[in-house]
Amino acid sequence: MKFGIVVFPGSNCDHDCYHAAQHVLEQDAEFIWHKEKQISGVDCIILPGGFSYGDYLRTGAIAKFSPVMSAVRDFAAQGGLVIGICNGFQILLESGLLPGAMKRNDSLKFICKDTYLKVENSSSPFTNLLEEGEVLRIPIAHADGNYYADDETLKQLNRNRRIVFRYSDSNGHADDASNPNGSRENIAGIINEKGNVLGMMPHPERCIEDLLGNTDGRRILNSIVDHFGQ
Amino acid sequence: MILAKVYVTLKKGVLDPQGKTVKHALNSLGFAGLEDVRIGKYMEVTLDEKSPEAARKAVTSMCEKLLANTVIEDYRVEVES
Repeated sequence: MKFGIVVFPGSNCDHDCYHAAQHVLEQDAEFIWHKEKQISGVDCIILPGGFSYGDYLRTGAIAKFSPVMSAVRDFAAQGGLVIGICNGFQILLESGLLPGAMKRNDSLKFICKDTYLKVENSSSPFTNLLEEGEVLRIPIAHADGNYYADDETLKQLNRNRRIVFRYSDSNGHADDASNPNGSRENIAGIINEKGNVLGMMPHPERCIEDLLGNTDGRRILNSIVDHFGQ
Repeated sequence: MILAKVYVTLKKGVLDPQGKTVKHALNSLGFAGLEDVRIGKYMEVTLDEKSPEAARKAVTSMCEKLLANTVIEDYRVEVES
């Protein structure tokens, strides 16, 4: 299968994602410049982390008007898989491909550390190799990861099992103490209604090799590969 | 040229972590009776429109599309005639 990795001015995890796809998962991968108006020949689009457009105005606010985003929207509407990681998640929220918005972390600090994630839904194309209730260790690195959605949206997300990952402790207990940034209901990752668009703040591409001491992220990315039967 | 002033703040009911911290700081400086502090953004948009009404309409559309994220933010537009 083939991954397409979108590159915005200010993306800085694009090469990590490329490395993960091409060299670790041993799948095809290509970069897609943000000025592209069409996307073809890829199975899964990754919106990588970073600081697109310098985070000016709001994170992801300018990127949503990049030419490539209408192609991403079409791709998603046709059922293509899209995963937004960190800044990619913020862009998906600003674009309206996922509901809600990001606020500044409650601590007002940029937080860069490992977090534990409880897997809440293992039936998505992004999590099919995981088990519900299991706990992954994946790092976060952001200043604006404080997920907000109104009560009605949260109700819908819960009802339709669209909350995929919650911040928790190492035992899978999700509470205020294990919430790094103030996100409502400890939300770390959600999918859209059709289940083909995932946004998550933690960085799976940063923990995929034994050399780095943690391979939990590989299980998420491998789920995508497995989804395509490869 | 018409100058439009845009104020963007977090909606009521959406916790403002920056505002809360500043409120605590003001309290510790001895300022009493503080109810709340909300932090927002202020933008000046200068535009070539014939009337203040047209300018307000244009800037309101800018707010809806880009300047504010209406999921969490409210905006207010003041037009100087």
